[in-house]
Amino acid sequence: MSVEQEQTERTIRCLVAKVGLDGHDRGAHVIARALRDAGFEVIYSGLHRAPDEVVQAAVQEDVDVVGISILSGAHNTLVPKILDGLKEYDAFDDRLILVGGIVPDDDKDELRNLGVDEIFGPGASMEEMIEYIHEHAPER
Amino acid sequence: MSDLVEDLLAGKHSALARVITQIENRSPGYREIISDLHQHTGTADVIGVTGSPGAGKSTLVDKVAATYREQGLTVGVIAIDPSSPFSGGAVLGDRIRMASNAGDMDMFFRSMSARGSLGGLSTATTDAVTALDAFGKDKIIVETVGAGQNEVDIVRTADTVAVLVPPGSGDDVQMLKAGILEIGDVFVVNKADLDGADRTVQQLREMLQGRSGRPETGHHGATELAGHAESDDPHDDDAESESWNPPIVETVANRGEGVEDFLETLADHGEYLDRTGRREGQARERFAAEIRTLLREDANELLADELDRRGGIDSYVDAVIERHTDPYTVVDEILTPLRDCLDERRDEA
Repeated sequence: MSVEQEQTERTIRCLVAKVGLDGHDRGAHVIARALRDAGFEVIYSGLHRAPDEVVQAAVQEDVDVVGISILSGAHNTLVPKILDGLKEYDAFDDRLILVGGIVPDDDKDELRNLGVDEIFGPGASMEEMIEYIHEHAPER
Repeated sequence: MSDLVEDLLAGKHSALARVITQIENRSPGYREIISDLHQHTGTADVIGVTGSPGAGKSTLVDKVAATYREQGLTVGVIAIDPSSPFSGGAVLGDRIRMASNAGDMDMFFRSMSARGSLGGLSTATTDAVTALDAFGKDKIIVETVGAGQNEVDIVRTADTVAVLVPPGSGDDVQMLKAGILEIGDVFVVNKADLDGADRTVQQLREMLQGRSGRPETGHHGATELAGHAESDDPHDDDAESESWNPPIVETVANRGEGVEDFLETLADHGEYLDRTGRREGQARERFAAEIRTLLREDANELLADELDRRGGIDSYVDAVIERHTDPYTVVDEILTPLRDCLDERRDEA
């Protein structure tokens, strides 16, 4: 695929964010690279970000996709804070919110109710995620 | 005026972010947005930061921005990273370094990718600076990898350009090669705690003294390590002929050492620009360059459309290869109607 063809479509921007006390970023790196190779622009947050930092990045970078990686089990605390922040800055409606990590089934519904669009757990393939983003990236 | 412009001028962060997205995508209507914003600009101080990969640009920018924020100033940063020529994708990692400003909304940080062959990155950067300026940012920092001509163009959107040089970045010849040496108003030897920093400072100083078209005036900082230009200039009368000798500042950005010196040097350069009237001169040059670039891009586009309408470039190439015609004749053929049209208009006027 040539760059020329690629540019006829809008470039999709994704934030890959690591939140809270969770030092495991290997998965986030793999995802960042795969999204880059799929032609997306990836903004990587770095480790140990606070929810308001993720909000700041998502708003300022005007990303289409907010990907939150949490392996620590603190998703019920951290994800709602991020969602609230996005709403506060009027940056929630036109953004795809994805959560990656280990989320028990019981929590998944709760997160979806709060406004998370999709949750990718262990075993999810990159192709699946990229296809999902292509299909669901918000119209702007 | 569109809602987006109104929201931006009202200080809404998401509107500023969206305007920059539209600039990057060259979405329909982005030109009107820039036109509307233009009259609200002209108040920000624009600083360009460039240097080789790993020189510490992002870390220094983070510290500089944090210091400005402590002084109560608002800051906008545009950080440009390369994109993949194959997929068009990019990982934009400059944000990782902005630890000192985390969660601070009045520090607006935006990553931009070079977007492959699109070319007009310098236009997009200029427009993004316009958006930040109109938003009311006091200081705008443009950070880019100083690798080629494109980057040189980008930092030229700045009032003051800082070039970062890490210690041990090659021998004298290596330094000569880098064209970025000629655009620096301030030079920063970052990671000054490393071995070889003194030598790098020495080499830089020699290089800068040999810089052409910069007469030695003797009362500016090039011979001085920390490089504070003296503010009590004894030659106020001939301020206009005063020249600027780029000072060399040493910093250890990750520990914040030398950042104050660096900021003072930036301020000195700002004063110099005001004192000599060069700020206005630079702005004139900048707008002239912008008009020329836009003209070139738009004319290109217009002609590309015309070429397509005439069946594309391939048929012309075929004819040239067959020696039925030649490139000059082809260009004449395509441009003649345009020239005629312009002549007609001129006659009418």
